[in-house]
Amino acid sequence: MSDAVLRVNNLQTQFQTRGGVLKAVDGVSFEVACGRILGLVGESGSGKSVTGYSILGLIEAPGKVAGGEIILNGKDITRLKGDAMRQVRGAQIAMVFQDPMMTLNPVLKIGTQMIAAVRAHAKVSRKAARVKARDALAKVGIPSPDERLEAYPHQLSGGMRQRVAIAIALLHSPAVIIADEPTTALDVSIQGQILAEVRRLADETGTAFVWVTHDLAVVSSLADDICVMYAGRVVESGPAADVIASPRHPYTAGLLASVPAEHEPGTKLPQVPGSTPSLANLPQGCAFAPRCAKAGPACTTTPPVQHFEGGRTALCHYPIEPVSCQPLSLTSTTYRSAS
Amino acid sequence: MIGFLIQRVLQALMVVIAMSIIVFLGVYAIGNPIDVMIDPASDQALRAALIQRYGFDRPLIEQYFIFMNNMLHGDLGESFIYRLPVLNLILSRLPATLELALTAMMIATCLGIPLGLWAGYKPESLSAKAIMGFSVLGFSVPSFWVGLLLIMVFAVELGWLPSGGRGPTTEVLGMNLSITSLEGWSHILLPALNLALFKLGLLIRLTRAGTVEVMSSDYVRFARAQGLSEGKVVGLHVLKNISIPIVTVFGLELGSTLAFAVVTETVFNWPGMGKLIIDSITVLDRPVMVAYLILVVFLFVMINLVVDLIYGQLDPRIRVKAAS
Amino acid sequence: MSSSPALTLPAETTWSRFANFWSDFRQSPVAIAALIVVVVVVLMAILAPFVAPQDPYNQEALDLFDARLEPGETGSGGYVHWLGTDAAGRDIFSAILYGLRTSLIVGVMAGTLALVLGTTVGLIAAYYGGRVEALIMRVIDLQLSLPAILLALVLVALLGQGLMQLVAALVAAQYAYFARTTHGAASAERRKDYIEAALSTPLPARHVLFRHLLPNALPPLIVVATVQVANSIALEATLSFLGLGLPITQPSLGSLISNGFQFLLSGRYWISIYPGIALMLTVVAINLVGDQVRSVLNPRNSR
Repeated sequence: MSDAVLRVNNLQTQFQTRGGVLKAVDGVSFEVACGRILGLVGESGSGKSVTGYSILGLIEAPGKVAGGEIILNGKDITRLKGDAMRQVRGAQIAMVFQDPMMTLNPVLKIGTQMIAAVRAHAKVSRKAARVKARDALAKVGIPSPDERLEAYPHQLSGGMRQRVAIAIALLHSPAVIIADEPTTALDVSIQGQILAEVRRLADETGTAFVWVTHDLAVVSSLADDICVMYAGRVVESGPAADVIASPRHPYTAGLLASVPAEHEPGTKLPQVPGSTPSLANLPQGCAFAPRCAKAGPACTTTPPVQHFEGGRTALCHYPIEPVSCQPLSLTSTTYRSAS
Repeated sequence: MIGFLIQRVLQALMVVIAMSIIVFLGVYAIGNPIDVMIDPASDQALRAALIQRYGFDRPLIEQYFIFMNNMLHGDLGESFIYRLPVLNLILSRLPATLELALTAMMIATCLGIPLGLWAGYKPESLSAKAIMGFSVLGFSVPSFWVGLLLIMVFAVELGWLPSGGRGPTTEVLGMNLSITSLEGWSHILLPALNLALFKLGLLIRLTRAGTVEVMSSDYVRFARAQGLSEGKVVGLHVLKNISIPIVTVFGLELGSTLAFAVVTETVFNWPGMGKLIIDSITVLDRPVMVAYLILVVFLFVMINLVVDLIYGQLDPRIRVKAAS
Repeated sequence: MSSSPALTLPAETTWSRFANFWSDFRQSPVAIAALIVVVVVVLMAILAPFVAPQDPYNQEALDLFDARLEPGETGSGGYVHWLGTDAAGRDIFSAILYGLRTSLIVGVMAGTLALVLGTTVGLIAAYYGGRVEALIMRVIDLQLSLPAILLALVLVALLGQGLMQLVAALVAAQYAYFARTTHGAASAERRKDYIEAALSTPLPARHVLFRHLLPNALPPLIVVATVQVANSIALEATLSFLGLGLPITQPSLGSLISNGFQFLLSGRYWISIYPGIALMLTVVAINLVGDQVRSVLNPRNSR
């Protein structure tokens, strides 16, 4: 894909700790095109959120981006520092966080926070900034936006607050929005509304989304493409529908099998045995091998990236053979675009 | 809002009444004031006359009501020593103490908030650690001792500043103030600095703790993700958030600064209320003690009330609770 | 966090708990230095009669001929006054040792009594709840809103001068801090389900009080106690300096400093300054130790 707005190539993010160097992100690569939604899936500690923060240059000491490149609209932003990076953040690439209770300052009015965000990149009057903020609220489907500008965060519901956060991210029509588990803290019905809204925004504005989540059901209904992360690496990637219908990496298969929606009621729910390994103490070779039913002698060496047809990859010595049956859907609704 | 106000005012009133009873009983019920006023060996007629005059022969409760009644009419009694109305005596000393306390608070705020912000913004830096070390000294070293050191260094050794007294004053709005002249400033600088040190230590700690907390919050991360400059992050998010505890402490500490002025005024021979109360305690001038205590409690309660109201204005969450 | 630690952790001996505490404590070199200062100060105070060249209580041993000697001069007693002498010929070094003794006795006595009184009051409030709690805590809050120095000042004025009166004034001015701390920790525990369960059984009240409520209040109390001993010492010195504490015949650090104040302006700095340095070292060292104990006992307070 040459029309990628964001291309991440072999990203390395490390944390210097007393016990040594932790490779939280170890060679992650992916790309997103205009108007597309990429689901970045993984368990907690898999490095998916750190990937998001790395792209925005928000990694704080003792962490640092140690290698790789991040290309935004054809420009390398990996080494940007200080004010140069600040001018990219919020303008060309924005972020939405997990907990809408925490991402808005409780003691500042919504309007104050939005006007500050507008004026961080546009030299406009307070009044013009306010108009822009109001329009952004209207765009994400918030009723009576003028009143909301005067409200404090605690006067809005969780879903409403997350819409405000998305509106702030959209203010400067960024090329990419990185959303870090933005619906995890919300009720399922609200989550559905937000997902539908995001799909509509991606289609209408052409903004690309990187949707970081642990929830395969969300990804299956929203994302165009999928990247599954495990212990700081991308273990499988490809078009979302294909990956879910026929996973090639044993870890993806395990995750899919343990989603209750797909499971026959009354029988025991399969699990991925064991737990995510500590980054400080990763096994040699494939990090998933100790939990993998298919693991063989080769798994003590670093697995190769295997490329398959349909733009799919898997990081495995023994990938699962493709199945050719009807694609399964994890949920009855889908927000994926028809295109 | 009005309900909240009325409730707070009533509460404040209760506290003042309760304190007046405690102070009155404490000061009048222990010991016999008449022994202080006159030589115990003096003749019985004079004694009886004085007892009659000050109403010491009546039941304590009646004395209390007379005292309260007089107080409401602005009469807090007459000093045994100076033979002057106590209220006038204290009020004549009030400007000196207020001037000292406010100057000290100003010094503490102007230095403490920037230092605390810096220490909280770069908590691992050497300068931040030095600032924190200084703040520990600021509120653990007894203030009279710091006062002595200041006198020794700046007045005795260097000879830059006077060691005590108030210097020339100018009358402004009926109050005599030192800060209107350069020489007055040279007199107030050392005592105000001395009085400020404790508050300075406190403010640095408070500001630092608040800054560290806010800087690590998700909303600061979100603000950075929006591309807000560091100046804007600190100026908008950090300052607004820490302003709440700081206003509270500033208010509460204003009261205790008035009280701590007792020590500084003694060290620097500053003619304020604190010097008056120490002198009154040494000669057991009870009316002055009672009036001073009630006045200080009254000031305290008023300050707390104002702080509560400002607090409500600053923190929208409190405001909502109060309204509903 | 929720259940009693004894149920979830292997039995910890007092010794291993102390060993853990100590290995955390010594992480800070400043705290170690402070602890050494505290130990030295306490030893000097205890051993004062053996270390001091002169007994400053003994008026007859004082010789006016030795008055206002500069540090390092030799007096009529034939020994060197390393820190000089005061206007009455008192050896400053000896006076400081005896002064430390008085100051520490006052500080520790006031701190301990305030601890016992405050803890009792706080536990009673937390245990009974309801109106008793509301009333007690109102009074405590009111007292806390007034500066300790003011209360101590009034009480000393009312009770008169002397060691016992001074201690009483300090206790009255400081017990409220302990009461608030105990009440805070104990009432948080009181609301937990297992205490409600224990209260519905015929266990004696003291079981709940001493086995459950008190232990939970202990860590913050230890911190408050350390800081309050330092505060008591500082407050006593302040009162003595103001002329409301102990007389110079019974020297505490405060009265020694006060005694030398008038000579400061004439350049005889040593009479005030050396006792002041001793006071400052003691108070700051205790505070630093308290600070470190606080951060060790409270894992959230990482620095």
